[in-house]
Amino acid sequence: MTSATGGIVNRATQLFEDLAFTAPRAWKAAEPGRKVVGYLPIYVPRELIHAAGMLPLGIVGGGDQLEVIHGDAYYQSYICRIPRSTVELGVSGRLDFVDGMLFPSICDVIRNLSGMWRMMFPNVYVRYFDVPQNYRDDIGGNYYVNELAELRHDLGELRGKPITDDELRQSIAAYNENRRLVRQLYAFRAERPWQAPAAEVYLVVRAGLVLPVEAHSAMLRDYLAAARTEERPRRDNCRIVLTGAFCEQPPLNLIKSLELAGCYVVDDDLLLITRWLTSDVPTEGDPLRNLAAAFLHHSESTAAKYEPDLKEKGQHLVRAVRRSGAEGVIFAAPSFCDPALLDRPMLQHVLKDAGIPFIAFKYAENSGQMQPIREQAGTFADSIKLWSGT
Amino acid sequence: MTTIVTRTPAAPKEVVKDASMLKQKQMMAAHYDRLTSAPDTGEKVAATFVPGNLNELMMCFGLVNNLPEVNAIQNGLRRTSGAFVLEAEKIGHSEDVCTYVKSDIGMMAKGNVAPNGKKFPNPDVLLLSYTGCFTFMKWFELLREQYQCETIMLHTPYMGDGKITPNMIEYMVKQLKDEVIPKLERISGVKFDIDRLREYLKKSVKAEDDLVWVLQTAKNKPSPIDAYFGGIYYIGPIFGAFRGTDDAIEYYRFLREEVADRLANGQGPVTPDGDMGKEKYRLVVEGPPNYTNFRQFWKMFYDEGAVVVASSYTKVGGVYDFGFRHDPDRPLETLAEYCLGVYTNRSLPMRIDMLCNYVNDYDADGLLINSIKSCNSFSAGQLLIMREVEKRTGKPGAFVESDLVDPRYFSAANIKNRLESYFQMIEQKRAGARAAAA
Repeated sequence: MTSATGGIVNRATQLFEDLAFTAPRAWKAAEPGRKVVGYLPIYVPRELIHAAGMLPLGIVGGGDQLEVIHGDAYYQSYICRIPRSTVELGVSGRLDFVDGMLFPSICDVIRNLSGMWRMMFPNVYVRYFDVPQNYRDDIGGNYYVNELAELRHDLGELRGKPITDDELRQSIAAYNENRRLVRQLYAFRAERPWQAPAAEVYLVVRAGLVLPVEAHSAMLRDYLAAARTEERPRRDNCRIVLTGAFCEQPPLNLIKSLELAGCYVVDDDLLLITRWLTSDVPTEGDPLRNLAAAFLHHSESTAAKYEPDLKEKGQHLVRAVRRSGAEGVIFAAPSFCDPALLDRPMLQHVLKDAGIPFIAFKYAENSGQMQPIREQAGTFADSIKLWSGT
Repeated sequence: MTTIVTRTPAAPKEVVKDASMLKQKQMMAAHYDRLTSAPDTGEKVAATFVPGNLNELMMCFGLVNNLPEVNAIQNGLRRTSGAFVLEAEKIGHSEDVCTYVKSDIGMMAKGNVAPNGKKFPNPDVLLLSYTGCFTFMKWFELLREQYQCETIMLHTPYMGDGKITPNMIEYMVKQLKDEVIPKLERISGVKFDIDRLREYLKKSVKAEDDLVWVLQTAKNKPSPIDAYFGGIYYIGPIFGAFRGTDDAIEYYRFLREEVADRLANGQGPVTPDGDMGKEKYRLVVEGPPNYTNFRQFWKMFYDEGAVVVASSYTKVGGVYDFGFRHDPDRPLETLAEYCLGVYTNRSLPMRIDMLCNYVNDYDADGLLINSIKSCNSFSAGQLLIMREVEKRTGKPGAFVESDLVDPRYFSAANIKNRLESYFQMIEQKRAGARAAAA
């Protein structure tokens, strides 16, 4: 790849393919005393880890290149793939440089994995990170502030020095900038998807799971600048929103296949942590209160989060379609993913009412056969063009 | 849940033992009649879940309790759930997800008929006690879409660190005070009376005491009860719509007397085929049962002389055997502690501790896991649980797989083979121990 974006995408691809986690290992080795804290999807407040001077490391399974040998011995066939490949990463020693692991409140499988990890890796700091399903500041907000305070305390203990408010404010500012850049990238792709192919955007955003936030923000800036100047051929594709892939990630080939089949991905819920908070978190005042308020009132909607208002249910998807100028929605959920698959019928009803076409399929992170998906997506793209009369 | 036990009394003593069964049957029938008559009587109906159910609180507002999980179980036992699951899949629900949910959705699509043959009323409120299972949240979002009724969320934090913190209690009490109770007042038109709640909680304690006494009789040899298959009947009233009622107190008193009688006579458990024969194997079971083939499943055990002396499933609606009782002096806090403590809200290490404790305290031969295809809350991590319990207790474990209410996932031959192999393994272990001792 010799284009302006090529070098950046190559670097992001290397990071993506590196199951030995060379980059975060190198970051840790660069200075004595550095620590790395891993986290699983969907959301943890990375600001707290960063404020402790540690590297937040996103773990989203092993993908389609990891041979799972030990991990399958921990799970029955009817449980999704991400926990077994995550266990494989742990048991095979690939995560032996990780000092802490956070397991967010997302589903029963990840929840139970938190207890397994605690037993399997007793020397690692492990925390199940619960978030409120009540969105009142004086109820869920207070609870969440206290949970954040506990995590802040624990991370301070882990580094041997408490985390100060100023450290937290600086970290909030760094992540605000990172989220702004990711949002800009998504907006740019929605505007000109042929200039920012979905697979490239995915790789560049995913690099943020293993890079320090400052380095990742620089990568995002560079990619955006390069993508803006680089003219690429525009295909006669339809525009779709990809949803349901917020936890176990689809193989990169699946994302590529959608575009090859005629569907530009103009919005998605992949790697949702990179834009979970939808607006800047204030850098003045109480940082924990600010993070809590952002979570309660300015965060993404997804299946793992309770929607208290029936009328609001699924509207985030309709808004995503309208905002990105999409013509349809592709539901792509991992096999045996309870939150995504239980949510799907409700979202489909909302889309139906809104007159938005959709298709659905399942995948696993190691799915190899893309032909059926390509055929389904291709037919969907064709039908959208026929229905829309263009 | 009483409909399946149809034991014919053979002697006058047996009639006495049937008192609890008859009582439960009468309670359930009356409850379903009350529920299906609600549109005529004007009573308000609240749907809620078994783990973390707030029956005493709901009674303060005169709400009739409808439990979708229990309805799914009823449909499993009656063998109607299979068609309901297929119906739900036909209308777009994934084959991968919880079959309780699909049985419920399918039942609604097919007329929503209660076990008494009458139509279930639409609920006036969905009390989403989100405790120990993520699927609950989606389940009630699905029902809310269907019924278009108000939904009240009570979020129970997970005991990931193995302890209840003041922050958790404060969060739950605040939800109860500022969200749950005011909304229930508005929906029911009944003002909340905390003394009324205290009275119900006092009654709960009596039933809880007797339930624990009954379950712990399984420490005896032979055990007078089966704490899994039989235990499922025993937990029915207290996990369902009766905790905090005089009916529950009476039921557990009858049950206690009957079990005390069996204990005094050195008898084993009652099975659907009458008294169990000689007790040969004592097992601890982890995980829910299969309901579509419940009796067939049970028979595989008692035919071999295997009795379940303790089970985790009978703690899914409340863990009482380690000392917790509802505390009328701290009415809201105690409800929070109850919810936080249910089995599936406990971390994996806590679950392992409990199971090891059961294997040791009940002098069991080992741990059997019935892993349920559509229940990730229970199932995710069970293979590690089995290995860890084996390691800590030195007793062999075994693993079988089935499903809650989907008959497609009950393979009798496979399960029977595995059980037989397991019993042989226990025999070998015993022979080895005897040889080592000689």
